Amino acid sequence: MKLIRELWESMTESLAGLGSVVRFLLRLVAASPRAMLRLDLISKQIYNAGALSLVIIMLSGLFVGMVLGLQGFQLLQRFGSEDALGTAATIGLVKELGPVVTALLFAGRAGTALASELGLMRATDQLSAMEMMAVDPIQRVVVPRFLGGVIAMPLLAAIFSVVGVYGAQLVGVQIMGVDAGSFWSQMRAAVGLRDINEGIVKSCVFGVACSLIAVYEGYYATPTAEGVGRATTRTVVTSAVFTLFLDYLITAAFL
Amino acid sequence: MSYAVNGNRPVFAGLDMDIPRGRITAVMGPSGTGKTTLLRLITGQVRADSGSVMVAGQELRGMRRADLYVLRRRMGMLFQNGALLTDLSVFENVAFPLREHTDLPEQLIRQLVLTKLQAVGLRGAAELMPAELSGGMSRRVALARAIVMDPEILIYDEPFVGLDPISLGVILRLIRRLNDALGITSIVVSHDVQEISTVADVVFLLSGGKVVARGTPQELQSFPSDVVRQFIGGLADGPVPFHFPAPDYFSELLAREDA
Repeated sequence: MKLIRELWESMTESLAGLGSVVRFLLRLVAASPRAMLRLDLISKQIYNAGALSLVIIMLSGLFVGMVLGLQGFQLLQRFGSEDALGTAATIGLVKELGPVVTALLFAGRAGTALASELGLMRATDQLSAMEMMAVDPIQRVVVPRFLGGVIAMPLLAAIFSVVGVYGAQLVGVQIMGVDAGSFWSQMRAAVGLRDINEGIVKSCVFGVACSLIAVYEGYYATPTAEGVGRATTRTVVTSAVFTLFLDYLITAAFL
Repeated sequence: MSYAVNGNRPVFAGLDMDIPRGRITAVMGPSGTGKTTLLRLITGQVRADSGSVMVAGQELRGMRRADLYVLRRRMGMLFQNGALLTDLSVFENVAFPLREHTDLPEQLIRQLVLTKLQAVGLRGAAELMPAELSGGMSRRVALARAIVMDPEILIYDEPFVGLDPISLGVILRLIRRLNDALGITSIVVSHDVQEISTVADVVFLLSGGKVVARGTPQELQSFPSDVVRQFIGGLADGPVPFHFPAPDYFSELLAREDA
């Protein structure tokens, strides 16, 4: 009996949490048109969330691609179809690994930075000070950061996939000796627009989800050192779980 | 006016205050009497549950957000720790309200900002970042930022906390000078009895969510009330108890942990 009640309570609690996140999202969307007039603020945030994540995204993309090349080669060799390595690696990267791993890395680097920055601004009264200066902090601070993340994510995912394909090629063609011509031509023949679209849709959805979670957690963080720390942790955990959950939903929708 | 936190923990019940225009009004009281909450009510950051809060002739209760923002452009507020925007330089912090609310040419913004920084004695620090400032300096920069839009009402939240005597004197003199030169209505929340007595025209003493005394600093020195005497004299125990409510001392000391 107690178990059922606890389950019910935690369920209503998470539903209420989800509801307030959605309401926050609507507030952001409502404030977006006016915030978009300040391109300087948005471009600065694209730089923060995107350009500053480039190195880890490219490095991770390279290694993930190299692993795909190695594993794919071993597997395909059993069936004598090593030539399909290009296709296998590219589809894996564009549809799945690119958007998902980028989102996880984004949550770890840009998401935590956003959450702790906003949490500290709250803790040091900077957000209240803005309100007192008749400046809406949602519009001035939160929306540019949110939009910066939303715009940066698909670009990062695309870069991740491109570098990943290069990594797979590096291992598959240069080291394991797959024929370069068949690697590229099979890939171009088999990878369709639909695959690319799936990757784009995923990275856009993950971009909205991860940026939203980060700014929400930061904006509503308890204004103490402990509260900001907890907000940062929750940003990573919630973003990761949501990314994987949404990934399943979108994959199913594209079948 | 009445106000309760989350509707159940009352902070003010039937509070009645009128703050004179163009004067320096001090709001004092023991910690936890809701001085900061009072400022949040005056600035519309929280809304009263019942009664009315009038600022510059306008009723705040039920005011629309957009109207509130228009009203706030006529107010300036100095936060306890300055609350400077840490990603902007001193100059940009002071210029922030101008850039957000006006389309003034860069040259004019520069002149306005430098004048205000000169007034608080920090024109030379214009290019520093907030992290490079001492506590007293950040509060002075915050003061320059609060007056850059030429407000009619200036609100200070605990402006003296943690300042060395020199910075404290500087801030005190600035409060007086700003008030005299610009005719600003100033509201200072503080519990530094000595400091505030030197600048305030009117003092309100709050305790238990009510005004227990009102008058000039001199009048308060000889106010016939135990609470006022305890507060002004800095006595540890009195009508405001030294001890937080707790069970009986001896029985708790002697009680076994598992009991």
